Amino acid sequence: MSSFWSYWIAILSIGCIVFCTVILTWNLKNHVGVKEGEATGHEFDGIEEINNPLPKWWTYMFYATIVWSVYYFAAYPGLGNYKGFLNWTSSNQGIKNLAESKAAVEQNKLDGKNVQLDREYDAANETYAKEFAKYTSRDILDLAYDTNALKVGQRLFLQNCAQCHGSDARGQRGFPNLTDDDWLYGGTPDKIKETLLYGRKAAMPAWGEALGEQGVKEMTAYVLSLSGRKVNDKDAAAGKMKFGMCAACHGADGKGSLAHNLPFGAPNLTDNTWLYGGSHGAVEETLNKGRNGQMPAFKEILGEDKIHIISAYVYRLSRPEESSK
Amino acid sequence: MSQTKSLNVDYNYTVVRLFAVTTVMWGIVGMGLGVLLAAQLYWPALNFDTAWFTYSRLRPLHTNAVIFAFGTSALFATSYYVVQRTCQVRLFAEKLAMFTFIGWQAVIIAAIITLPQGIGNSSKEYAELEWPIDILIAVVWISYAVVFFGTLVKRNTSHIYVANWFYGGFIITVAALHIVNSMAVPVSFTKSYSVYAGAVDAMVQWWYGHNAVGFLLTAGFLGMMYYFVPKQAGRPVYSYRLSVVHFWALIALYIWAGSHHLHYTALPDWTQSVGMVMSVILFVPSWGGMINGIMTLSGAWHKLKTDPILRFLIVSLSFYGMSTFEGPMMAIKSVNALSHYTDWTVGHVHSGALGWVAMVSIGAIYHLIPNIYNQGRMYSIKLINTHFWLHTIGVVLYIVAMWISGIMQGMMWRAVNTDGTLTYSFVQSLEASYPFYLMRFIGGCFVVTGMLVMAYNVVKTIRAKDGALEPVAEAA
Repeated sequence: MSSFWSYWIAILSIGCIVFCTVILTWNLKNHVGVKEGEATGHEFDGIEEINNPLPKWWTYMFYATIVWSVYYFAAYPGLGNYKGFLNWTSSNQGIKNLAESKAAVEQNKLDGKNVQLDREYDAANETYAKEFAKYTSRDILDLAYDTNALKVGQRLFLQNCAQCHGSDARGQRGFPNLTDDDWLYGGTPDKIKETLLYGRKAAMPAWGEALGEQGVKEMTAYVLSLSGRKVNDKDAAAGKMKFGMCAACHGADGKGSLAHNLPFGAPNLTDNTWLYGGSHGAVEETLNKGRNGQMPAFKEILGEDKIHIISAYVYRLSRPEESSK
Repeated sequence: MSQTKSLNVDYNYTVVRLFAVTTVMWGIVGMGLGVLLAAQLYWPALNFDTAWFTYSRLRPLHTNAVIFAFGTSALFATSYYVVQRTCQVRLFAEKLAMFTFIGWQAVIIAAIITLPQGIGNSSKEYAELEWPIDILIAVVWISYAVVFFGTLVKRNTSHIYVANWFYGGFIITVAALHIVNSMAVPVSFTKSYSVYAGAVDAMVQWWYGHNAVGFLLTAGFLGMMYYFVPKQAGRPVYSYRLSVVHFWALIALYIWAGSHHLHYTALPDWTQSVGMVMSVILFVPSWGGMINGIMTLSGAWHKLKTDPILRFLIVSLSFYGMSTFEGPMMAIKSVNALSHYTDWTVGHVHSGALGWVAMVSIGAIYHLIPNIYNQGRMYSIKLINTHFWLHTIGVVLYIVAMWISGIMQGMMWRAVNTDGTLTYSFVQSLEASYPFYLMRFIGGCFVVTGMLVMAYNVVKTIRAKDGALEPVAEAA
């Protein structure tokens, strides 16, 4: 803030406390004009006021809080731009991205700054990082059948993944079900870990303009027919003619990119698992407007150790019955 | 019971009567809504899947009804009564005083119509009403100031009594708070956007929000206390000097305290520090009012045995002392880290609102009703006593439930496993709070039942033949 506002804040804050101190101290002595314990001589609708002194314990308490306030303002940021002698801040302000944040954390250590958030991160890392690190050297397949690792994995999942995939991991519209062993990018331990570390971005283009209303209707019929639904055969046949444009991602057989070892995340259209809904209307909407799916990259947020354990938990989700690999 | 005849001045009691009666009426409505909301939190099916009947729509109506309909009507009634009697002069601008009554009731009715429809600015707590209503509030409030200060100016006493300092401070500050916080750009008759943005908007809102508590619910009601406690006890005010110190310190410090509602947010560190420091010092001048009220009773403690009105007033001061100790503690950052966003806050607000504000208002209204309706006493002293116990039990049930539930929530949210992950999900903390929501509901039922007893007693007193209710003989 500008130095004007800094002085403005500091002077008003100190002024308020000085004002309280002065009015308290002034009234310790009797300036009322009558003896202590006597009525002031004014009377309001029958009410009189006694000129009693301020209670001692109350006065001491008042001074104690004032002394404490002086200490606090000297020690902590409060008086405008003054930073306080403890060099304390709650967090790094004005940070715009992760790189800036990391740079600031390092710089604060060099400057000996007392940043509460940084310290709490460090303290947490010191206490808890080893709890995760002890699993890192073990294979994900091994961890997937280790009760303790799964317990940790579940807690991490509930804290970081359940917001979208649900606490039972069965997903919701637009967020895949993780318990059905149906995968968009692959369900091997390595692929799951890759998804968690680097995230995924899936884009289904909007075909409404290219296909036209009739075209979308025909393509919808064909797509639904792939999973064995009853549709208008004439429409489906017409849709099949144009399926070439879909085959680039979904494959000529519509079995999805994974079946053809392609990394697009294009779903299998021949089963009955639907990410955005399998009703006639939902498929039509997908074709018309396209879809954008985004799984965030957790590498920087959680770190590899935790992701290693979550990968094991997610791997095991679709294999609940097996007791060993 | 002390009933002083007016000193040859013909006071204007018309507006006082109207506000006194609406205080009781809105009290029942506002607290009844509170009980309904408590029931909805325990039995969610009571929403009946009806949009305007849901918790989210009715909650702002409840808070507006108790603060602005019940509490503020009580302030209007008592301030018009007290300022006349302590200045020994009739109200200034009596027609304007009547306008404040009509205007204020119009505000309340507008709130009842708009809030359940979802019309309002729901991001500003206690300031949800839309801009046309805000303008009406400002007009009424300025008229209130004209009437009140006009009466002070033409007073027949040499000094201004301490009750009027507090009423005056409350009226001026609430005007400033309301006008600054409600600044908005209208986009239609029923929609507007705040002129402030981001952290500044949040700070202005809580500058308003906390001082609605500080100046309306504390300073205003301290004004009430300073008249009705000495009057009902028949004792002089304990210390004139204490009233001077705690008045000036209270109003100087309170205005800073709002930022303690925004600890650990995007608000700059310095703002959080200032709010916390001022809140902690504020504890002492707040207690000045409690000491002065309770010590006024010295030499008359025996009256508590026979006078339930005095009991209402003194117990209100105990709740006041408790919540003004609790408040500064909760404003300390490390305590706030536990208490914020939990039911503890809800409990704190209600120990202030039901314990302090409601009890001092109820006591004041019981004192005032016989005086303005030309009776020697209330219709039934026994029923006042019944009301006292219903209310006290209700409030204690309520705040104990919220203390346990709130501290438990705070502890559950911060509990971590050996690997640092959270021990409990949010839903688990809700499940743990569930029984206490029932306890809160039961406490609320006690309070509302008490208010219904009060309404019966008030109606019977008003309807009694002129002067038919003889004053109780003063105990020796």
